[in-house]
Parts: sequence; structure tokens; C-alpha cells
Amino acid sequence: MLRLRDAFSLPLVSASEGALRNWRRTERAGLAVLLVIFVCSSAYAATVVSGHDPIPVVLWRWAPLLLWGFLFNLIISALSMAVGTAAGLPLGIMQMSPNPLVSRPARLVTQFFRNAPWLVLLFICVLLLPFEFRVFGLRIPFPDWAKAVIGFALPAMANVAEIVRGAVQSVPSGQWESAESLCFSRRQTMMQIILPQCVKRMLPPWMNLYSLITMSSVNASVVGVNEMLTITTQVHAAEGSRPELLAPLYSFALVCFFIYSYPIGRWTEYLERKYQVKE
Amino acid sequence: MTEIVLPKPEPSAAGPSGRPLISLRDVHKSFGSVQVINGVSLDVARGQTICIIGPSGSGKSTLIRCINALVPINSGSIKVDGIEVNDPKLDKLALRRKVGIVFQQYNLFPHKTALQNIMMAPVTVLKQDKVEVEARAHALLKKVRLSGKEQAYPGELSGGQQQRVAIARALAMRPDIMLFDEVTAALDPETKKEVLYTIQDLAKEGMTCIVVTHEMGFAREVADHVYFTEGGVIVEHAPPAEFFGKAKDPRTREFLSQVL
Repeated sequence: MLRLRDAFSLPLVSASEGALRNWRRTERAGLAVLLVIFVCSSAYAATVVSGHDPIPVVLWRWAPLLLWGFLFNLIISALSMAVGTAAGLPLGIMQMSPNPLVSRPARLVTQFFRNAPWLVLLFICVLLLPFEFRVFGLRIPFPDWAKAVIGFALPAMANVAEIVRGAVQSVPSGQWESAESLCFSRRQTMMQIILPQCVKRMLPPWMNLYSLITMSSVNASVVGVNEMLTITTQVHAAEGSRPELLAPLYSFALVCFFIYSYPIGRWTEYLERKYQVKE
Repeated sequence: MTEIVLPKPEPSAAGPSGRPLISLRDVHKSFGSVQVINGVSLDVARGQTICIIGPSGSGKSTLIRCINALVPINSGSIKVDGIEVNDPKLDKLALRRKVGIVFQQYNLFPHKTALQNIMMAPVTVLKQDKVEVEARAHALLKKVRLSGKEQAYPGELSGGQQQRVAIARALAMRPDIMLFDEVTAALDPETKKEVLYTIQDLAKEGMTCIVVTHEMGFAREVADHVYFTEGGVIVEHAPPAEFFGKAKDPRTREFLSQVL
């Protein structure tokens, strides 16, 4: 067994006392700063005497729609990461193939998508992919959000490929040597001995990448996908584009992303520390 | 090592069948421009235990890696039970089933228990019956005095224990020959003993062993023949009594004076 259960235990349970205090302090500080921004902007806006609804009421009214948009960000990023991982794993392994006909193209593809700006890839996918596919006379629609998933999946794939390559190469060569002496084929060695050891090593950078993809999923608003940022802009317009609403509305988006990404970041750090000590 | 006097078979280059089990002829190996093995010839009969000693970098580890084709040689011939290793059409699987190897750094699979480490190759590579392999694995753990450690992960075992699991793992393939590459070099004196006793048991049972080691006491006691290598060549070889008693070559004498 991989004993992954350890990896999924919460940092709160097994972190040492000092680390725990440290963790809580940083967390409180971060949240406090955000709260201050939020409250100040709201208070400022509330002082503006006008015939409009007060800010909390506006936020309350639009919160379901805004959160719906946020959910869309999460879906886009999760799907992108799933597609990117499914494609990146074999790509990473292909990079290490002893056959140059396999490894060279794999390396080229990886380097190409790793060094391309994410927004450009997104534009290319959304603007150049067809809006529907025809298979045997059947029309399969291909909406913008699905194109955006491909757009984010491409850099995710290249980064996952590099994570896989790095993890595999960090396994001591003695593992390969002993597997070879025990008659394992290259494929058997990779699948049964090397990759299972890599899961632990790959998890922190993989989570880090997921966090980055989540945050950059708002880029999809540039190409008109109905995610949180797009909806926030539309809500602002619907409320008559009142300038005092700018700060609270966009802060709301910020806070949503922060609340989601911060624990992932902390957990990643915790896993990194944990595996560093053990290996 | 404590002094244990063992009954030893008469060392002879040829076994009962007249043909040595392992036969090296004029083996050469270089890494780039560095010549590591420079014309080595030696024979090992079935049931014999030989020790290879010599300073670091003298090509000892490379030499035994050549025997199971982990390292390809440049020229010469290595025959293992009739199989020519230096052959592009070599059936590596057939060769490696005959030759087990144990490394200095144990190289156990850290994500598998001791029992799984031993069972993995026979079950997944040789497709042997799982129940039968498991019974054998238990017996092997008992043989290396590690009964009760079946479910322990390598990280939970001491260096000496890990090395004995590694020996059991190699034995699970039922090899005819065991190669040991400085298997005690990373161990403290106390745990060294456990591992050396295990190898000694194997040699006593008639396993053909090639042991690269710095343990002179072990070589003196267990080996049928001792080889001293330096600079990729065999400088001197003799039965242990003669080798340690009256070495002829000045380089051997100097090396022995430093380590004894």
C-alpha cells in the first residue's frame, strides 16, 4: 500500500505545536488584512448618501449569482487539471523514453507549451477551435467554456509532464538497478516501482499547479466565458456602474479565491515539509 | 567476525562437471576514456565462494555488475553456466534468473513491505503462484533471521535488517549464483555481523558466491579463493591462507598492511 492516508491527514492533527501556532498566526494576519479591506470599502461606500441600496444589500442580492460564477471557475480549473494530468503523465514518461523518436517530440511539446503565455494559449483555443463538431452528421456543440478548459489544460499538461519527469529522475538509480537485476522490464519497473514512489514527490508541486490554474481561470473572462469575473463586471453594470460598488464587488471575488486557495497552499507547504524530513 | 572454523570443500577452479560455473576471459570495460577493467580472467566453480578485494575505484563493483549484464562489457567473454553474456542476442532474463545480486545501498523498494519486496519479482515477473511464493518468502525471511518483520516497510528496518531482506529478495528468484557488492560497507560493526553470518550460511549451503568486500576477516574465513584487484587488473589471487599469509606482490602486501 502507498499509505497515502498519511498524506491526506490534516496539518492541524500532526503538525508540531510551534508550527501550529505559526500557522494560525499567519492565517489570522492574512484574513485580518482582507477583512479590513472589505470592511473599509463597505464602510466608505455606506457613508455615501444616495438613494441606492446599501452595499451589503447589493452584495447579498448578487451573491448567489457571483458564487455560481465562482463555481464555474472551480469547474473549469478542475477539468483543466484533470485533462492536463491525464495528458501530462504519459507525456512526462515519454520524455524519458530511451527511443529518441518518442522522447524528442515529447520534449518538444512539453517545452513548447511550458514556455507559452497562458493567455495566448487561451486565445488560440477559444478563437481558433470550432464552435461545434460534426460526427456522422451529429452536431456536437463545443462551447467557449469547454475551449477554455483545453486552453488551460495545455499548459497544465506541460507542467505536469515536467513534474513527472522531475519526480522520476529524483528516484535513486539503485531502484532501477535492483529492479533490472530482478528481471523487471523497463515498463514494469516504471509502473510498479518508480511511479508509485513518485506520487508523494509529485503531490506538492501538482497541488501548487492546481492552485495556479484556479487563480488564472479568471483569464477566461477575457474571452467571454461566464465565470466569476465576467459576472462581477456584469453585476456592476446592472447596478448602474456605481463607482462605490467596485471595491466591494471585486473584493468579494478576491475573498472567494483566497478562501479556496489559501488552505491548498498551506497544505502543500505542510506536505513539502513532511516529505523533506522523511526522504 | 568471531573465529568460526568451517569445513570447506577443496577449492578448485573446475567443479565436479569439469566446467566452471562462471568463467571470465580477458574482460575489458571502459567508461568513456576511463579504462575500468583491463583484461580480467577468472573461474568460479559451482559451490565456490570467492572474495574480491582491492582499493576503491579498482573496478570491483563494475566487474560483478558485468556478470549479470547490468553493465555491458567492451570486449572479452563472460560465460555463466554456458550463457555468453557478451552477446548482442543475450537473453537477459534467463541470465538474471541464474544470478542474484545484492547492493551496498540495499535498494529495497520503499513503498513495499519486506514480504512484498521478496514476493514482487517471482509473482509479477516470473508469474509464479502467489501462495507458493508467499510460503517461500516467509521461509526466506526466517532463513535471514527476520521472522516477524514481514509487514515492516524498509524505512522501519535497520540497515542490517534491510540488507538481509535484500538478500532474501535476491534468493526468492532461486539463483544459482549470488553476487555481493560491498554489502556491509554502509553498516556499523554490530549489524555487519548479522549480514556476514547470513552470507556465510549461504556459502556453507553450497551457494556459489562472488563477494566484493573490505571485510578481511570474512574473506579469510569464508572464501575458497581471494582475488586482489587494482587498476582494473587482478594483481594476485590465492587461497585465503596463502593470500593472507604470504602474499607475493608488493602492492598486495602494501594494501593488506593498511587494512589488516
